[in-house]
Parts: sequence; C-alpha cells; structure tokens
Amino acid sequence: MSALVVEVLSRNFGGLRALSDVSLAVEPGERRLIIGPNGAGKTTLFNILSGALTASSGKVTLFDRDITQVPAYERAKMGLARTFQVTNLFPRLTVMENLLLALQAAEQSGFCLHRRMRDNRALFAQANALLEQWNLSAISAQPAKAISYGEQRQLDLILAMATQPKVLLLDEPTAGLSAAEVVRVVGMVRGLPKEITILMIEHDMDVAFDLAERITVLHQGCVLAEGDVETIRKHPQVTEIYLGAD
Amino acid sequence: MSNLAVRRMPRSSGLAALWSMGVIVLVTLPLVLSPYYVGLVVKMMVFALFAMSLDLLLGYAGMPSLGHAAYFGMAAYTTGLLALKAGSTVWFALPAGIAMAALTSIVFGLLALRTRGSYFLMITLALSQVLWGIAFGWRSLTGGDDGLPEVPRPNLSLSWSMSDNTPFYYFVLLFFVVGTVLLVRIVASPFGYVLRGIRESETRMLVLGYDVWRYKLVAFVVAAAFAGLAGCLYVYFNRFVSPDYVHVVRSAEVLLMVILGGAGTLLGPAVGAMLIVLLENLISTYTERWVTVLGIIYVLVALLAPNGIAGLIASLRKQRGGP
Amino acid sequence: MERPPAAEPYAKLWSSDRLMFWVIQTLNGISFGMLLFLLAAGLSLIYGLMKILNLTHGSFYLWGGYIGLMVVHSTGSLFLAALLSSLAIALIGMLMERLLLRRLHLQELPQTLLTFGFLFIFSDLAIFIWGGNPQTMPKPAMFSQSVQLGDFFYPSYRLFIIAFGLLVAALLWWLQEGTRLGAMLRAGVDDEETARALGINVSLLFTLVFALGAFLAALGGTMGGPIMGVYPGADFEVMLLGFVVVIVGGLGSLKGALVGGLIVGLLDNFGKVFFPEFALFTIFAPMALILAVRPHGLFGQE
Repeated sequence: MSALVVEVLSRNFGGLRALSDVSLAVEPGERRLIIGPNGAGKTTLFNILSGALTASSGKVTLFDRDITQVPAYERAKMGLARTFQVTNLFPRLTVMENLLLALQAAEQSGFCLHRRMRDNRALFAQANALLEQWNLSAISAQPAKAISYGEQRQLDLILAMATQPKVLLLDEPTAGLSAAEVVRVVGMVRGLPKEITILMIEHDMDVAFDLAERITVLHQGCVLAEGDVETIRKHPQVTEIYLGAD
Repeated sequence: MSNLAVRRMPRSSGLAALWSMGVIVLVTLPLVLSPYYVGLVVKMMVFALFAMSLDLLLGYAGMPSLGHAAYFGMAAYTTGLLALKAGSTVWFALPAGIAMAALTSIVFGLLALRTRGSYFLMITLALSQVLWGIAFGWRSLTGGDDGLPEVPRPNLSLSWSMSDNTPFYYFVLLFFVVGTVLLVRIVASPFGYVLRGIRESETRMLVLGYDVWRYKLVAFVVAAAFAGLAGCLYVYFNRFVSPDYVHVVRSAEVLLMVILGGAGTLLGPAVGAMLIVLLENLISTYTERWVTVLGIIYVLVALLAPNGIAGLIASLRKQRGGP
Repeated sequence: MERPPAAEPYAKLWSSDRLMFWVIQTLNGISFGMLLFLLAAGLSLIYGLMKILNLTHGSFYLWGGYIGLMVVHSTGSLFLAALLSSLAIALIGMLMERLLLRRLHLQELPQTLLTFGFLFIFSDLAIFIWGGNPQTMPKPAMFSQSVQLGDFFYPSYRLFIIAFGLLVAALLWWLQEGTRLGAMLRAGVDDEETARALGINVSLLFTLVFALGAFLAALGGTMGGPIMGVYPGADFEVMLLGFVVVIVGGLGSLKGALVGGLIVGLLDNFGKVFFPEFALFTIFAPMALILAVRPHGLFGQE
C-alpha cells in the first residue's frame, strides 16, 4: 500500500492551469523531493494535498483512503502534517505556547473550558522535552515573532512533527537560511524517523539531491520527469528548464 | 523546567491580586456612595461583563463582531417580557434570557461564521440591525420605539427589596464576580488557547487538526451567553428595555470599550467599559452630543492607540526594559 | 412616499387594478434599488481596491442629502444640488483618506474603526446642524409630473431615477472594463506591489477611488431625496440595506451591486407593502439564504 497517491490531479484558477494531470505515488518511509522552477505548481500541489485548496479534478489517496473531499483538519487526524514556505507560526504566542497548541491537537482536548492550560503538566513535559531535544529551550518564553528566522523555520518543523504524522509535507524548509542553518535543517530532516513518509519541496539542488530517494520534477503544472537522483541529475530536459528559468 | 513555562503564563499572581482588590472595592462601595452612584457602578459592572464577553470573541478569537448588542438586547427583551407580561420570577426569566441570546447566536453564527474579516464584520452588523428593525417594528410585542417600561426588579423574597439600588447592587455584583471568574477560567483553559491559535493563524490550526469552524461557533455562543447575562442584568436595572439595546450604537459602544481597554486582556475591556460608562455619564450632563464624542474617541483610538490602554502600558514597560 | 391601495388577496389576478398595483410596486422597488446600487457600488469599489469596509458610507449618503437640500433651497435646481453636494462629499472623502486612513494602511480593523467613528460623528452632527425633523426635497420641475403608463399614472421622477441608475451603472462598467483607470483598478486589486512596480500611482488611485465612492453615495443621497426624504437615521437605514446588497451581490463586484441592489430594492418595497411591521424579515430571509448557500455573495470573490 502506498503512503500517498495522487491520480490525474488538476487545478485551475480561472483560465490558468496551475496543475495538469499530475500523478505520483509515494511509498511509506520514502523521501520524495518535488523540484521545479518557480510557478511549476509545487506549492499548489502541497495546498491540495494538505486540504487548503480543492482539486479541480483528480484524486488524492492517503494509505488507500480517498481524502480528496476530506477537510484539512481531518487530514491531520489521519496522519498528514505540513510546514509552510512562508512563515506561518502563531506570532504573538510564545514558542512554548506554539508547541502546546500543536501537542494538544493530537490529544484532541481542545474543547475543555474549565481546566487550566497550565495545569496540564504532562503536556508541558512533552513540550519541554521537544524543546530540549532541538536545543530551543532558551527561547521558549519568547513570542514566535521575536525569534530569529532560522529558529522560526526550526519551530515550523517541530510543530509539524508534534502531531506525530505518518506523512510529512515540507514546503521549502531551507528557504532563506544561511549556509550553516541549511546544514542544521538538513540534519534535522535526515534525523527524522524512518517510518515517516516525507515529501519535500526544495529549491536548493544540493539539498534536494542530498536528501532524496526519488525526485519528481514539475514544470508548468505537469510532471516532467520522475526517478532516482542519478536519473534526474542526468535528465537533459531537467537541466534545460533550470538553466533556462534560473 | 516548567518554571519557564509558568512564568510565561500571564503574570497570574499579579492579576489575581488586582482582581481581588477590585472585588473588595466593589463590595464596600455601596457603603460610601449615594444611591445614584451605586446605580452608576451597577451600570459599570454590567458593561464590564458585556465588554469582556466581546473580548472573548474579538480579543481572543480574533473575530471582529460589530453586532454584539444583538445578544445583549435579545436577552434583555426576553427577560423583560417574561418578567413584565408573564410575571416570571428571576429564576426563570434570567436563564431564559441567556438561553435566547445563545439561541440567537447559534442562528447568526451559522450564517456568519463561514466568512472572515470584513465580510464577517458586515454580516454581524447587518444581522444585529435586522434584529433592531424587528424590535422597532413589532410594536405589539416589543412596544416598538417606546419600549417596555415598568419591568419589575427581581423578587427574591428577602427582607431587602431589590427595588432599592443597594440590595440590587449586590445581586448584580454576585453575577459580575461569577461571570468574571468563569470568563477568566475559560480564557486560561485549553479552549481559550485554541481561540488564541485561531486568532494568530487559522490555517496553521486547520493543518494541526483543529476544526476551526466549530471552535468559532462555540466561542460565538459562549460570548453571546455572557452578553445575554449582562443584558438581563441591565433590563432589571433600568426596569426598561427598548430597541436602543440592540442598536448599532450600542454595539459600537461595547466594541470601543474592548478596543480602548485593550483587546485580548479581559481586564482591559472591563476597565475600558467602566471608563466609557463614567465618561458617558459625565459628558451627558453637559451636552447631548455623546454620540459625537463616541465617534471622536473612536477616531483617536484607531489612530493613536489601537491596542488600547493595555497596549500602551505594555509598550511603556517594554521601553523601560521590562519583561 | 406614494402608497398604493392595500392589496386585496382575492381580487382577480389579472384585473387592471391588480396589474397596476404590481407594476407600480415593481417600479418603486427598482427605482429604490437604483439608489441602493449607487451606495453599494461605492462601497464595493472602495473595498475591492483598498480592502477597507467604509462604514462612513452611510454618512456620505446622509450628508449628500442634507447638503443637496441646502443647495436646492438656494438655487432651486436639484441637478446642481446633486453635483455640488457630491463634489463636496467627495472632497470630504478625499481628505479623510489622505489625512487619516492612509496612516492606517494595511491595518484592517483600525481602518474600520476609524470609518465607524466618523459615521457616528457625522450622524450626530447632522442632528445638531439640521435638527431632528425629517425634511422633504422637492422634485425637479422637469420631473414633477406623473407620466401616463397605459391605464395609470406613475411619477416621472422615479422613472428618471431608474434611467439615471442604469446610466451610472453603464458608466462605471465602462470605467472598470474599458479604461486604463479601470485596468489599474483591477491591477491594484490583485497585487499592490506588482502594481506599484508597473508604475501605477497606487496612492493616487486609492484617493481617487475613495472620493469616487463617496461621490456616488452622496449622489444617491441627493437624487434619493425627493423619493425618500432627508432625515436623521437615514444613514444607518440605508447603510444596512447597502450591506445587505453587497452581502447578496458580493462585496467588490459592480455587477453584484446592481443585481443585489435590484433584489434588495424590490424586497424592501414589497416587504413594506405586505408586512409593514416585519419589513426587515423580507430582507433577512434572502440574506440568510445567500449566506447559507453562497457566503460571499452571488458575484463575490472568495
């Protein structure tokens, strides 16, 4: 059973075809990289996968369950998580509070109106453990908008992981980071549990080739090529679109 | 370890002390004030409750409702009508009022909650104005523009009659304290944090797995219930209810109270409410142009202090290098 | 305001009286709808470009009426009044945008609060300046007579309003679709940064559009004077209906403003005729329907 299957997916915006008949299948535990020039439809694909957008046609299956019509918040319960290309944290809440919300989502105890959040010691312990694991304890009391960009990207990833997903969508996790920070993030991604299936959009070719097991190349809304790292590296059309576009 | 986390939870010990002091003050006030001013403080408590209820919606959940007076007025009319025409006791009329406010909010919420931002603002405003129109037009039920006079005060069969302002003051104080404690509790609960998350980033909340729409609906209804409580207390206080209770000016007043005090702090809107009530009382002795003054305060707050008094205090503290 | 004879439920459906009743009421609804269109068009234009929900719009309508009234009393010409009052209000709008709204650029809630505040200031000042009594505005001499339509007579002024509304709609449509300004408007709507990069003077555009919106509202207020009168509270009443129009038609859409205006105008009129005490129910029901089925209106953008 594949972890994630996309069948003949299309998405139109008025007259614009953002995605045309895209199909792909990702196996459990696979590290799949989605690459392509700007405007290729990568983020649109992610938005449809996560439920932020609906497809104009086609089907999305998660562990053999058809999720095409399933709303975004239910997909999370089914084990799907994502990060965002543009920073999307809870800016005025502290790093700790950001984490608590993510952890609480998994517990599904959100409709509790009478207990005090701060009495939930177990939740705090979990959050503190995560912070220590990723060396972010020092900034736990800072509002998310006040921490550095690199730390924000890290937090983004941790929030996604907090829900213990089975399939993780990483949307350009290294965007805008310094070389040292890129190394750190690559380390983080590499260190993620092998059971998790990872789909990653990446612009940095080195990172992409480094982390990928298989690569899908999108161009102007269509799948241009798909294969392992060597195949894609040598693919004539792939180099062409990148030399042309970048 | 969790000390770090607890420290970041709003300086609760400091706030608790503040609230306690406030309660002590409120308990002793009737002993020193004349009945007129006792009544004024009753009004301040009612509107503090009303403002805090809107803060739950606006400040914590980030839902800008411009029609919150709809629930205030709906409860007031329900309680007023039951007390006046059906002779209901307060034990029935009050909960009935709150229930009607909650029911109205479910209907309005179902209509408004699929939208956000300006659409939401506009729809909440339009819905509350429709209610106003009904209150205004349905003379046989609501008395139309003349309203319903001579609503009796609650009869608690105690030796003190509620018709005197002082016993009634303590009646209201009780509800005010209970209401405030409940709201503080709700805001500190997991639910309260979910609302904050929704305010900060709805998309993130959805992706994390929260059914945002449902949380918004619950917040909407809870806020309406507390607004309804305030409305019930107010109709008993005034012994009168009229379409003014649901007019957009009323919604505007309570919104200003929240913004002026500082949205998202509960204490701020309570203080803001008390300030506005005092101000209105003062200004109205000199001029009829209270609405103009209201508008001017709006403009000034929007331009100079959109985070309200609480926001000003916070930025002052930051300037002095505080936490 | 003209009222027809009360509806007789059991009269023959196609009797001349009955037909006359329906035609008159429909024309009443359409003409009122045109006034609503003027208001809603301005509201939509402003929101569509600047993402500001201009709550002061009702005031522009009200003051358009009052200033127009003053001009009519001194010059006797309604058309001159319409022009002058609309220009005056456009100027006020321009000042409001340039001096105040601009400072709150991109802060949606404070901007709304600002316009809200002005709504109250203008509303109360109007009572202060012109008193609390409703006033009537005379029709222009040209249209003060009734016109014969078949068996009955109908005020020619209302027919003029219908024609005028359609003319303004056509002009606005041409502006939006056929001119550079319109293209800039649409470009400004989609992406401010790109628009600026293309050399479009976005800040001037903002001011112009806000002034245009105010102009239209005031135009409605003056032209509507002979039909609706000029009275305190008209700002809130008309603004509520204006909101229902954009809720039904879609905020930011010119087509929506026209279609919505007609729908709401007809519903409001028939509501007042059949259920005078519950007129607002007839508005509420379709509004609720639209919100349930298409929350962003018939022609609204998501």
